[in-house]
Amino acid sequence: MNAYSVKKDWFEPPRYKPRLAVFKFASCDGCQLQLLSCEDELLELADKVEVVHFLEATSHIEPGPYDIALVEGSITTHHDQHRIYEVRAQSKVLIAIGACATAGGIQALRNWGDHTEFLRAVYAKPDVIDSLSTSTAIADHVDVDFELRGCPINRYQLLEVVISFLAGRRPRIPQHSVCMECKRQLMVCTAVAHGTPCLGPITHAGCGAICPRFGRGCYGCFGPAGQANCDSLADNYLATRSNTQTLVPLLRNFNAAADEFRETGDRVDEQSDSGVAK
Amino acid sequence: MTLKKVTDGTHCGKTFFIDKLELEHLIAHLTSSGYTVVGPKVEDNVIVYAEINNLADLPQGYREEQSGGQYRLSKSPNSNYFEFNLGPHSWKQYLFPPEAVLASAKRSGNRWEFDSSTEENGEFANKFAFLGVRACELAAIGVQDRVFAQGTYVDPIYCNRRSNSFLIAVNCTTAAATCFCTSMGTGPSCSRERENEFDLALTELDTGFLIEIGSEKGAAVAELLNSREPNEIELQAGKSLLARAVSQISKQLNTTNLRDILFNNLEHQRWDEVASRCLACTNCTQVCPTCFCSTVTDVTDLTGEQIERTRHWDSCFNLDFAYMVGGTVRNDRRSRFRQWLVHKLASWHDQFDMSGCVGCGRCITWCPVGIDLTEEVYAIRNTPPSKRSLPVQSSDQSKVCAVGKVRS
Amino acid sequence: MRPRESLRNRQVNDPWHILPVQIVRTIAETTDVVTFEFAFDDPTVAQEYHFSPGQFNMLYVPGYGEAAISIAGKTPRNGVLHTIRIVGDVTHAIARGGLGMHLGLRGPFGNPWPVESLCSRVKKPSIVVIAGGVGLAPLRDLILTLIDRRKDFASIHLLLGARTPSDILYRYEIDDWELAGLDVHTTVDRSNSRWRGNVGVVTLLLERLSLPECESTFVLTCGPEVMMRYATKTSMERGIPDSNIWLALERNMNCGIGICGHCQLGPQFLCKDGPVFPFANVRDWLRVQDL
Repeated sequence: MNAYSVKKDWFEPPRYKPRLAVFKFASCDGCQLQLLSCEDELLELADKVEVVHFLEATSHIEPGPYDIALVEGSITTHHDQHRIYEVRAQSKVLIAIGACATAGGIQALRNWGDHTEFLRAVYAKPDVIDSLSTSTAIADHVDVDFELRGCPINRYQLLEVVISFLAGRRPRIPQHSVCMECKRQLMVCTAVAHGTPCLGPITHAGCGAICPRFGRGCYGCFGPAGQANCDSLADNYLATRSNTQTLVPLLRNFNAAADEFRETGDRVDEQSDSGVAK
Repeated sequence: MTLKKVTDGTHCGKTFFIDKLELEHLIAHLTSSGYTVVGPKVEDNVIVYAEINNLADLPQGYREEQSGGQYRLSKSPNSNYFEFNLGPHSWKQYLFPPEAVLASAKRSGNRWEFDSSTEENGEFANKFAFLGVRACELAAIGVQDRVFAQGTYVDPIYCNRRSNSFLIAVNCTTAAATCFCTSMGTGPSCSRERENEFDLALTELDTGFLIEIGSEKGAAVAELLNSREPNEIELQAGKSLLARAVSQISKQLNTTNLRDILFNNLEHQRWDEVASRCLACTNCTQVCPTCFCSTVTDVTDLTGEQIERTRHWDSCFNLDFAYMVGGTVRNDRRSRFRQWLVHKLASWHDQFDMSGCVGCGRCITWCPVGIDLTEEVYAIRNTPPSKRSLPVQSSDQSKVCAVGKVRS
Repeated sequence: MRPRESLRNRQVNDPWHILPVQIVRTIAETTDVVTFEFAFDDPTVAQEYHFSPGQFNMLYVPGYGEAAISIAGKTPRNGVLHTIRIVGDVTHAIARGGLGMHLGLRGPFGNPWPVESLCSRVKKPSIVVIAGGVGLAPLRDLILTLIDRRKDFASIHLLLGARTPSDILYRYEIDDWELAGLDVHTTVDRSNSRWRGNVGVVTLLLERLSLPECESTFVLTCGPEVMMRYATKTSMERGIPDSNIWLALERNMNCGIGICGHCQLGPQFLCKDGPVFPFANVRDWLRVQDL
């Protein structure tokens, strides 16, 4: 679901003004808001696409089919499980946007907990609540044409994905690490120079290395980079600049359930003395 | 006192003595002749290269501690300007900028207008004076000269910036634990015998600087400084400081037959082992002063009418780097690490008649997990391969020499 | 007035210089391969533009990027032919643009087929050109050049493999090549009801080919790497010396001039040391996986 796995459809942009729809599943709406905050570009984009379903912007809804579906949020209820099939069936290309839609989001932390216990603790009548015990990515349920990472997504990357579809070319969304963005901007490496446990070396680029610019370590908003070696980084950080109490929550963050982060997080967690990260 | 020309009409090779504060004049003279002076500066507890306006910008009284994956800057008991060695930056960021526009395309009607003369060409555009170029860095500039300026085609951006540059070298009087320039034959001091091209070279003593003239351009600038002939004590002090740097270098890379050893061990099990540690994060290639890989992409405005062909630093560790229709050629970290190391230390000899490594040790320090190429080479050299090895025709041994050595 | 700089000089000093061109003819070859004729905007550039068979151009569609495409030939009106498989960003954009599309071109780049050294032999050599699928494109201009100098060779053979009969390129002109003295053998992986020719891999054709003197036979091949591996193997089994085998390789080319680092295979930059190589220079490297 990266730039190189887009299907033939991607190279056949519609000859008419394509219909764009934005769908929300379990999420905070932050990624949709990125589309709104495009402001100047949004007007130009509105010239090129017909926005037919975007509740964050307008209550006007038109039925499908859609040429581009931007899907935000993760699947956390039975209802959503069915709804995503509907969306897929109505959409020519489906683009999952944000950490929730691509990895289950922060709410995927429930995957490690006791769902029944949560329901009992929070709701007076837990039996009326219809929710799944896990929060999962859109691609776990339906075919996804492209996954755009980030918590939240980078609006320029979102524009790039939409424009690339309109132009009939692959999106230019590189899969490399945040380090490359850092180094190209000649920023100081906070991991090496300050001993910060920075996830930059294993994290997908896209944010422009915002946190390292302010001397903070990367905390992995964009999920794992292509072929990220999370185990090696974790082992090294545990030996040199971190501990399981810091590292496990760092890996179990907005992209906790992304495969590479989850596997390493679980392994480090098992290593920790108590067996449970505090 | 003013300089007196030596008998053959050139100042090259002559050494003078200047006070430390004369550096202020040097910076001022260069600035007033239109150079942007770039030199070391402390930023976020690291020595970086940035624009220098006066002497106070230089990092006085700092020393570094470097090891695999670790860099620490600390205050030094004395007040020298160049007691540190190298930070993450290198001069390549000015000569081969991380991002540069190579050409542009503008739509007019159904046609395109192309323009490739996008770099500023004014008298003062991209005219850099580099203050504090170490010997290994001079060698690195020499390596990139080979790549960008001495092939069939030349890169106009690099050549323009390079031919405008003024190089003030600094001889190392200390060495970091990651330095191995002596193995690569590139340092720690600059030498005209090694064909190092510099305009001026400084050796910092406690009392002042020895300043060696490396070019006529350098002589013209040095002439403007208050200098005198150095006395015997000063010359001796300079020599012993250079010897001190040599004695502090502990890291070694055995380059004997290295090209053939690497080419013959492309299936060595060490590649699997290092791949388990390597993050493929690209840091080593970005801090390397010789790595030259880049990618050009189109940066488009939303209308698609105005397009800039933008080149940016790329890396062979990048998964997308060797993508071809049908898949990526080096689809695991093992093959990508192998590509980097074998290219740097072996293929480079075939391609550019020199090693691609100058022994600066940046890739060791700035690797987040501290992978040390000298250790990887040692392991490959000293453990027998368990997998099938590839017989490659032995090369002409004279070809395999370190950077900077005079070639016959 | 300053004397006008030659095209070649301008390109050497500014390899990023883009020549504007326009598509003036298209020929659908197969379902996903199209031949395009590109005409230079500037007639003096068109006259100055020289290439050798086997070289390639970087075709540039603004907004989409560049693609390295081998040159399939030149037309009488100084146009350049490219036979392109429609697979990526740039090639899809070119296919969508079609006739009349205006775009950019840099080139020619790369190391060509060794035509001169084949023609100037004391003993007239036999030439075997082995092509697989779209690999015929970089060989087309070579074939035309060889045919032009037919008398310099004992025999010229084209062994052509394709997936299906409808995947064979240049079907409209292969007959002309045969008439001009080219010995053509074709094979397909999967036949259809109308196909009366060979079915099977292209190396079978090589095994069956009658070659009187293998020492003075030269093999020039381009196609999928697997096909070339077997083609070179079979050639050597037949007694053709490895120094007589040449092949054209493909990697991700970004700059075309050997300074971006993408297209390396061992010590070679495919864009400047290749894409055409003597087999001996690349055989060891082709054996290594993921190099």
